[in-house]
Order: sequence, then C-alpha cells, then structure tokens
Amino acid sequence: MSKKTLIIISLVVIASFVLAACGAPKAECTDPLGCVTVAKGEPIHLAYAMVISGPDATLGTDSRNGIEIAIADKGGKLLGHDIKFDGEDDQCSAEGGQAAGTKLAADPSIVAVFGTSCSSAARVAMPLWSKAGFTVVSASNTAPDLTLAGNENNHPGYLRTAHSDVVQGAAAAQFAWEKLGVKKAATIHDGSIYADSLQQVFADEFKKLGGEITAQESVSPDQTDMSGVLTSIAAGAPELIYHPIFIQAGTQLILQGRQTPGLENTYQMGADGMFSPDVMEGSGDAVEGVFVSSPDFTQFGPDYEAKFKPAYKAQFGSDPVSIFHAHAYDAFNLIYACVEKVAQGDKEGGEILIGRQALRDCMYATKDFKGLTGNLTCTPTGDCADPKIAVYEYHVGQYPPEKVWP
Amino acid sequence: MFKRWRQRVTFTDIVVWAIGIAIGFAVVYGTIVTWRRAEYTPEQWINLTIDGLKVGGIYALIALGYTLVYGILRMINFAHSEVFMSGPFTAVFLAMYLDKIGFYNAQPLISLILVTLLSTAVSITVALLLERIAYRRLRYAPRLVPLITAIGASFFLQYTFRGMYGNDPETYPTLDVLQGVWMLGPVPVPKTDLVVIASAFFLMLILYTIVQKTKTGKAMRSVSEDKEAAALMGINVDKIIVFTFGMGGASAGIAGILYALIFSQVHFYMGFIPGLKAFTAAVLGGIGNVVGAWLGGTLLGLIESLGPNLFLSGLGIPAANQLKDGIAFAILVFILIFRPTGLLGERISKTKA
Repeated sequence: MSKKTLIIISLVVIASFVLAACGAPKAECTDPLGCVTVAKGEPIHLAYAMVISGPDATLGTDSRNGIEIAIADKGGKLLGHDIKFDGEDDQCSAEGGQAAGTKLAADPSIVAVFGTSCSSAARVAMPLWSKAGFTVVSASNTAPDLTLAGNENNHPGYLRTAHSDVVQGAAAAQFAWEKLGVKKAATIHDGSIYADSLQQVFADEFKKLGGEITAQESVSPDQTDMSGVLTSIAAGAPELIYHPIFIQAGTQLILQGRQTPGLENTYQMGADGMFSPDVMEGSGDAVEGVFVSSPDFTQFGPDYEAKFKPAYKAQFGSDPVSIFHAHAYDAFNLIYACVEKVAQGDKEGGEILIGRQALRDCMYATKDFKGLTGNLTCTPTGDCADPKIAVYEYHVGQYPPEKVWP
Repeated sequence: MFKRWRQRVTFTDIVVWAIGIAIGFAVVYGTIVTWRRAEYTPEQWINLTIDGLKVGGIYALIALGYTLVYGILRMINFAHSEVFMSGPFTAVFLAMYLDKIGFYNAQPLISLILVTLLSTAVSITVALLLERIAYRRLRYAPRLVPLITAIGASFFLQYTFRGMYGNDPETYPTLDVLQGVWMLGPVPVPKTDLVVIASAFFLMLILYTIVQKTKTGKAMRSVSEDKEAAALMGINVDKIIVFTFGMGGASAGIAGILYALIFSQVHFYMGFIPGLKAFTAAVLGGIGNVVGAWLGGTLLGLIESLGPNLFLSGLGIPAANQLKDGIAFAILVFILIFRPTGLLGERISKTKA
C-alpha cells in the first residue's frame, strides 16, 4: 500500500468519526450479522424476487401488487424514510432463482426480500440470501421442506406467510375421506416439487385416515395423451384421483378422465395450481364437479373485502389475478412492524441502524399478528401462515368455483 | 467365409449388438414379470390396445405427409407439424360458433363434415403455400438448405398462428353423439375411439389406393423414381409435387380433426410433439413408403400405450407411464442404429440420395 492511499484512508476514517460525532445520538452496531445503515434522507431498501414473466406471471405480479398496496397504505414511508421497492424475476424456476438470488445477494443495502414466488427458485436463492444476512419472506412458497426443521432446504432468515403444503395436502385428504366418503384414491403428479410433495402428503394422510392409495402415477407438464396413465390407474378402481398439478396437463386429465372406461364417475381433485379461469376454458363441460383446494378467502379478515380488494381494483384495474396477494400484503406488514421495532438511532427520519440478526429474531418471535389472512404466529423454522384451506367445486360457466368445504 | 465375416465386424458392432440384446432381454423379462403379476384385467389390456390404435392412426395420417414429400423431393418437411396444427386450430372457431347457435349437437354429422372441410382446406392451403414460397426455389439447392428452411418455416407458422389466434388453448365443444361407450363383446370402448380408428383406417386405405391405383399416383411414383425421366415422359413434375403436398396437407387436416375429437384442446404448439412422433413413425416404417407410414404409426402408438404398462412397470420402474415419450424416441434411435431404412424401407440407391 502506498503512502498516499494510507493518508487518504486515514483522512476518510477521521472525517467519518468527526461527521458521526456531529449526528444525533449515535447507535453502535453490535449485531452478529452486521447492520444496515440508513442515513438521513436515504430510502430503506426492500426487494422482491417473484415471477413476473412467462406463463406463471400472474402468480408473481399478483403478490407484488399486494405489497405495493401495503406500501401505499403506509404512505410509502417507514420510520420517516422512503421505501425503495424493486427486484428481480425468479422465473418460477431454479435457474431464475439462481440469477435473482445472486443479483440481490450482492446488494448490501437490502434489508429484506419478498419472495420467491416458486419453491424451486427458493431452494437455490435461499442459501445465498441467508448468507448475505437478509430476512426473506415468501408469500407463495408452499413446499413443505422449506420450513422443515433440520432439512437442508430450511435456511435461517427464511419465513413464509403462505401455507405449507403439509396443510393443503392433508386438508384434501380429509375432505376426500370425510366429506366425499371415498375409500380408495389415486394420485398423479407432474414431476414438480410442488405437485410431488402435495400428492405424497395427501397419500400419507389418506392412508392414516384408513384409506387405500391404489396408484401414485406421474405425467409430464405438457403431456397431451393421458390414456395410458389413466387406464393403468383405472386398474385400481379408485373413487378419487388427486392431481395437484398445473393447468395444461391438468385440463387434459379432466377431459380424458371422464372418457376412460372405469373412471367416468371418479371424483377428480386438484390443488391451488388449478384455481384459475383457464381451467374452465381448457376443459369445457368436463369441468363440472372437479374439486380444487385453495386458501379460504371467506375466512380472511373483514379488511380484505372492505379495503384491500377495492384498493387493488383501483390501483391495478382488475380483481386479484391470483391467490397470494393477501399473503404478500401480510408479509410486508410483518417486516414493517419488525423494522420499526428493531431499528436503532433516530426514528424520526434520521440515521438508523437495522440489525440483521435482530430483525430475524423479531420476525421469528411474531405472535398473533393481525393480518389479512388471519392471526399470524411464526414458528422457529419460519412458518407464519394461519392456514385456512377450503375446497371449491367447479361448475360449468361459473367462476370463481363454489366453496363446498369446510 | 468366417474370416471375411470376422474382418467386417468392428468393435462398435459388438457393442451395439450387446446393447440390443440387453434391451431385448429387459423387455422380455419385464413383460414376463408383468404377466405373472396379472395387475391388469384383459379388458384393460384391450383398452390400452385401443388407445394405441387410435393415437397410432393419427400418427400414421401425419406420417403420410412426411413420407410422400420425402419420397418425391428427398427432403424432410419439418413444417408438416404446423400443417397439422393450422387446420384444427382454425376449425375450432367454426366449431365453437356452431355450438353457440346450437347447430353443433343438433346436426352432428353435418357439423363434423363442415369442420373437417374447413380444417382440411386450411391445412392444404398452408401446405401448398409452403411448397410454393419456401421449397420450390430450393428444389435443386444442397439438401441441408431446404431442411433448415423447413425448420424456419415451422417456427414462422407457429408464431403466425399464435399471433392470429392467441396464446391460449381453445377447446372443441363436446359432441353428445360420441359420448359414452359401445360394447365390443364384454369390453366397453369409447365411441370416439372407434370412430377415430375406423376413419383413420379408411383414410389410409383411400390414400393408398390413390398412390397405387390411379394415374396421378403412378405419376407420383415415377417422379419419386427419377424426376428427369418422368419429365421426359410427359409428366408435369411441378403439378405432381403440388399434388403431393396437397395430399399430405389433406391427411394432416383430417388427422387434426380426429386429434381434436380425442383430446379436445388445440393450441399453436400442438403440432410439435405429434409431428415428431409421426416423423418417428415414418422412419420406423421406412420413410418414402405409404404402407410403412401406416405400419410405423400403428406400431408406435401401440408401443407407447402398451410399453410402459407391459414391460417398464414389470422392471419395477415407478410411475412408468411418464416414460412413454422416452420409449418412442428410444425406438427412433435404435431404428437408426439397427435398421436405418426402417421396417419396410428400400435401400436408397446413390442416385436417389
């Protein structure tokens, strides 16, 4: 190191000490993960990583809209600072998660990340963000392993306001067993983590209730000809087929299932991935009587209908386009409350320090938080949802589908 | 004799044979295990066979387009999958309209004929335009050139139709007449399936007759033998080539309606996989050969529907049905290794190739 650099560095250090001394009561960072320092007049940086392009774009933009409404509700300010809200596309894939993860992890000004939209992206991005010290809240990840204690995919700093599929799969099994009185069921997944874990939870729960699983089959997400898989499922004569997959292959199963000998009167059931007007369009008359599980909108707090939905319509010109907007709204408010609580320094708009570990601790300690989706209490592994799953039944020409359970 | 044989055999041959024998053994072993387990009733095997026949019939009709064009121009028309897509994707709007005014289910036969006519007309138009715009100028270009052009044309058509009709799948309305099953002895068979199998078979028969028994067919065959000589004999080669493309387009358009009867959904990307499968079928049967296209299509359909349940599940592979595309393309690879000319293929002489 040359003499000149040394002099410059020491000057800068001295200058910063002097400047710091001029400020209001100066807090010191004692946080084991370091702090984010937000100087006076600077914005607090919150980022998102959601799918905002491609076939699943409605999922991500819907959640992002939820957060934007939440920010607007707070007047765009947090502790007197502006909120800077920007982000990356997670593309609903591992590759997109890697790209978005790397990009955001390199930005030390970020306090918290909202995302990812898809579990497959979270698995890849989460190690990077966890290491960078971020607190991450997802509004739509539902894969069980992300919050499973001891699982390699459960990272410190991760929380979610969406329900774990353990809840959704189990609810589907209970619905089939109790409401429909089904004794034999088959499952179909499409190789995605989402569908595979859902059908496994369903199968385990259904067996526990005393039912029999006749087959656990699999199709590919863009498959058209389902005759082979349906005929081999028909061999077990199940009374219900649980296919928690996505719209393209799902509608083909609905169409062809009705025509396969032995399955004409078999119940069909999907999960929240098939809660969409596209299902109605894709399967025509065959959609009659198909069940889907999804978060129960009718159990949301009164503010959902009275305030949130009108605000959404006013700001984005339509009703919510997917199902996790309210979860995203809550995710933002959880972070908001905790930043307010743990920030040190001048809370009237002056310089503040946000301890990264302190923020995480605060988030995990969340108890009985009154949100749109219910009363949120976070577990030590990051499950904050107050899951209320309902089952809906499709009827021809009627959207949204009719709630039939519970 | 033995010595000469030993000189001819290379190390690669031995490896290839070993792989072949291993696969054959695995297939036989898997089949035996499945039979022993008796997982499926005979009725279900019949159902799987019928599934295979119906998809096979559609593959055969599409494969015909590949095979006819290959026979005459020695080029693989990869845009044929889009010829197949264009017809039913256009006709779905007519079907939806007819359904809306209540005509579709009131007069199912007339509606079907109307829809089929429209689909066929569109497919023929697209095929002819393809030939005129994309291929005719390249007829004497090196073989790689029309192949690349075909791929380009394929993308062009796909995204043109996406631009015209949109990104979302459209659904054919259900025909009440074809709902339900007919009893084939003790076995219930969906009506749609029987209609599709029968139509595909008769169409193949008609097309075969055209190629083998009519004057135009004779001219087609002679053009495929030798273009110059045919021209010298007074055959209008251009006209015959146009006719060939038209015939391929017609069979693809009808295949599209049969496809729509079974799967209901049509979208701009629907041609890709059936097109690939039909190409596999054409190669399997021996490309350039009409009977080969039928045989290849039917065999491929049967292997796809029976294969996973017959020998893959016997080998203990879980959720075997997701591998049906894998089986189809594995067959393509092995055909190319063991019998490059296909089952009924002629050995292509140097002058033709």
